Amino acid sequence: MTLDSQIPAGPLDKKWTSFKNTSKLVNPANKRKFDILIVGSGLAGAAAAATLAEQGYKVKCFCYQDSPRRAHSIAAQGGINAAKNYQNDGDSVYRLFYDTIKGGDFRAREANVHRLAEVSNQIIDQCVAQGVPFAREYGGLLDNRSFGGAQVSRTFYARGQTGQQLLLGAYSALSHQIALGNVQMYSKTEMMDLVIVDGHAKGIVVRDMTTGEITSHAGDAVLLCTGGYGNVFYLSTNARGCNVTATYRAYKRGALFANPCYTQIHPTCIPVSGEYQSKLTLMSESLRNDGRVWVPKRKEDCSKDPKDIPEEARDYYLERKYPSYGNLAPRDISSRSAKEVCDDGRGVGPGGLGVYLDFADAIKRLGKHVIEERYGNLFEMYLNITGESAYERPMRIYPAVHYTMGGLWVDYNLMSNVPGLHVLGEANFSDHGANRLGASALMQGLADGYFVIPNTISIYMATQFGKKVDAKAPAFQEAVDAVKARVQKLMSIKGTRSVDSFHRELGKLLWEKCGMARDKKGLEEALRRIPKLREEFWTNLKLLGSAEGLNMELERAGRVADFLEFGELMCLDALNRNESCGGHFRTEYQTPEGEALRDDENYGYVAAWKYEGDNTPPTLLKEPLAYEEVKLATRSYK
Amino acid sequence: MKFYLEVWRQKGPESGGKLEQYEANDIPAEASFLEMLDIVNEDLTAKGIEPIQFDSDCREGICGNCSLTINGIPHGPGRGTTCQLYMRKFRDGQIITIEPFRADSFPVERDLVVNREAYDRIMQAGGFITERAGSAPDANSVPIPKVVADVAMDAAACIGCGACAAACPNGSAMLFVSAKVTHLGLLPQGKPENHRRVLNMVRQMDQEGFGNCSNYYACEAVCPAGIPASFIARMNREFSFASLKESVGVPL
Repeated sequence: MTLDSQIPAGPLDKKWTSFKNTSKLVNPANKRKFDILIVGSGLAGAAAAATLAEQGYKVKCFCYQDSPRRAHSIAAQGGINAAKNYQNDGDSVYRLFYDTIKGGDFRAREANVHRLAEVSNQIIDQCVAQGVPFAREYGGLLDNRSFGGAQVSRTFYARGQTGQQLLLGAYSALSHQIALGNVQMYSKTEMMDLVIVDGHAKGIVVRDMTTGEITSHAGDAVLLCTGGYGNVFYLSTNARGCNVTATYRAYKRGALFANPCYTQIHPTCIPVSGEYQSKLTLMSESLRNDGRVWVPKRKEDCSKDPKDIPEEARDYYLERKYPSYGNLAPRDISSRSAKEVCDDGRGVGPGGLGVYLDFADAIKRLGKHVIEERYGNLFEMYLNITGESAYERPMRIYPAVHYTMGGLWVDYNLMSNVPGLHVLGEANFSDHGANRLGASALMQGLADGYFVIPNTISIYMATQFGKKVDAKAPAFQEAVDAVKARVQKLMSIKGTRSVDSFHRELGKLLWEKCGMARDKKGLEEALRRIPKLREEFWTNLKLLGSAEGLNMELERAGRVADFLEFGELMCLDALNRNESCGGHFRTEYQTPEGEALRDDENYGYVAAWKYEGDNTPPTLLKEPLAYEEVKLATRSYK
Repeated sequence: MKFYLEVWRQKGPESGGKLEQYEANDIPAEASFLEMLDIVNEDLTAKGIEPIQFDSDCREGICGNCSLTINGIPHGPGRGTTCQLYMRKFRDGQIITIEPFRADSFPVERDLVVNREAYDRIMQAGGFITERAGSAPDANSVPIPKVVADVAMDAAACIGCGACAAACPNGSAMLFVSAKVTHLGLLPQGKPENHRRVLNMVRQMDQEGFGNCSNYYACEAVCPAGIPASFIARMNREFSFASLKESVGVPL
């Protein structure tokens, strides 16, 4: 099997235009005949559902939350990038493209990223037209701020709630289409499997989480917009319900999983405070615009009140190591630097796992009211969780799992190797390479949903006239039966350990062996221990209640069962990639200064894994990354 | 810390429910309210008692999924969602009563889980600006004064949790509806549909069985997003004007 990325011919900056000029179209009367199944209602899913419905397709949209408005995109705080150059600071589509490629440590596909930068401006226009209340200046024009990995101010924001406002914009467009009868919405409905008919993705199996009923839906195409797999680590900034099930089930049905080892550890989260903790809370990266990161120079000072540590005894390590980007160094680099100083014994707070993010200088320079206006809700959140005021003393922060760059492999049209199966947003692998820049997740989710898939889906749909699949086809019943059997199996184990205890153990193992830093020995150990844990799960899980009706433990058990398989794939990918790049840092591969050491010659490819059966290792397929425009360089933020 | 819980248990939407007593032992003061329930649920599971079903997702106060009435107050003491409530706010040994959000239009599905689809249907009735992806003018082509954008943002901050309706003696959803009417109504992009929007949303609200506002302001007191009740007055003004126009036959 070879991977055809379907990248249009021509110069990089003309590819998307020439694609649109020449791609196949589906006329409005025919669009009505096609049913599209969309799983997930976050930025990518809601935007795609609304836009495809506007175009005339018949859409069914599914989400596990009780309302599409609650998808986890809502929790994004900082902002969304676009190449508007409203600040006249030298920004352009090319610069946004280049920053994203470089930020991704040269492991993303050029053509996709350039398209992303091209449509970024349209997203801002679209959102403003929907009524997204972006921050404005007194003259009424849009305000911007800067984010990590960029030297321009290209980030649009709505206080510290940008994700919420963008999602509510997409949700309102979706609500409109639901009212018009163009979208049928299924909330509290979880996808359990993908249905393949004659090699094409033609349906899904779902479980109604309220009644426990398991049914199938047939469609002409399936779009997975189901987010990332950060919760494989148990503790992450993801919502409790975020899971890998939809994409992992698709993988088991033949879709390739690309770069699963690329996970992003966000540098600014509130440190862990105890064993019982259920999630980690992010403090927006935008805080690094005005906050200065430091730890004491001497270990002896770590337990002192930060006020009593004089300026000369502080190590502003990001400013010291990366003078041109300073506190705005990209996420992977900032996270790793925090780990380094903590490993060096200079961390602050409980367990020495924290660094200071200090606003004293910014408050002196701008006044408390400006800081309050910019970050008021974040400071409040911090106060509420930790009981400390960041106006009075520096915040304590530590890195936490936040985003996953890996995902199902897709071509330029966002279609996976399984015909008809399209993957959007965080669920695919395509745009962020080995590290995502801040404020780019919102951009990608909305780009995929509003502007890419509405143009690219017609390539597939135009081949599907008269090929409607009957929901009574045997493949549907088989898939439904398999899901029912699996649920029954989970319910019948009747062991002694709770779902969460398995999940916590898996998470801790992965955080230690496949987290911020990895090495061969640790990964091999994880690969030995995960199957054992999985075996124990399937023989010793304790689930109460029944499969009929609402049973949240059962929902979690299904997701953890998939994480227990997926974690292994992640370690396998990390072990295969004998280099360090972006969020994937193998300690064996680093420069003398401790920076990531890439190996372009041997690893300049996308690693796409093909499922071969439960007891057979997956096959690795490689999509070479051909750089036509960008010259590969060692990433430097000095 | 230790707490004595009285928790609403209900098998399904049709069955009755009652308060059951449980003990919450060895709870760290830094735990959130939901983490306290996680710990209790692990205990219950170990004892062979079905764990308490409750909604939560983001656990950082923004998704609006958590929906507990704690000691009679939606989201409990202090301002913020249930997930942002920390156990250090309670006294050691305190009795804590936990019920679902109580409103006629939010039927209980099981234990502490309620159905809030009524809010989705109100949004579908008019909580949007009609536009089409690809048709928007440049984002800076219509300047919006900062003060206007700021108030629109205050209103848009609503998380749709339903605490307002649960707190209101009339079970009114007017704080929720007025937040959306205000957010979209203030912006130049939303103005063309202002009158249609307010009529359609208010009518849907009535149809869902939500009551009317009689100025208790309990909604404002519990709203985790800080939506002010003054938006209800703004909505009423908009609604009166739209109804008047409609009654004399002005096309909306």
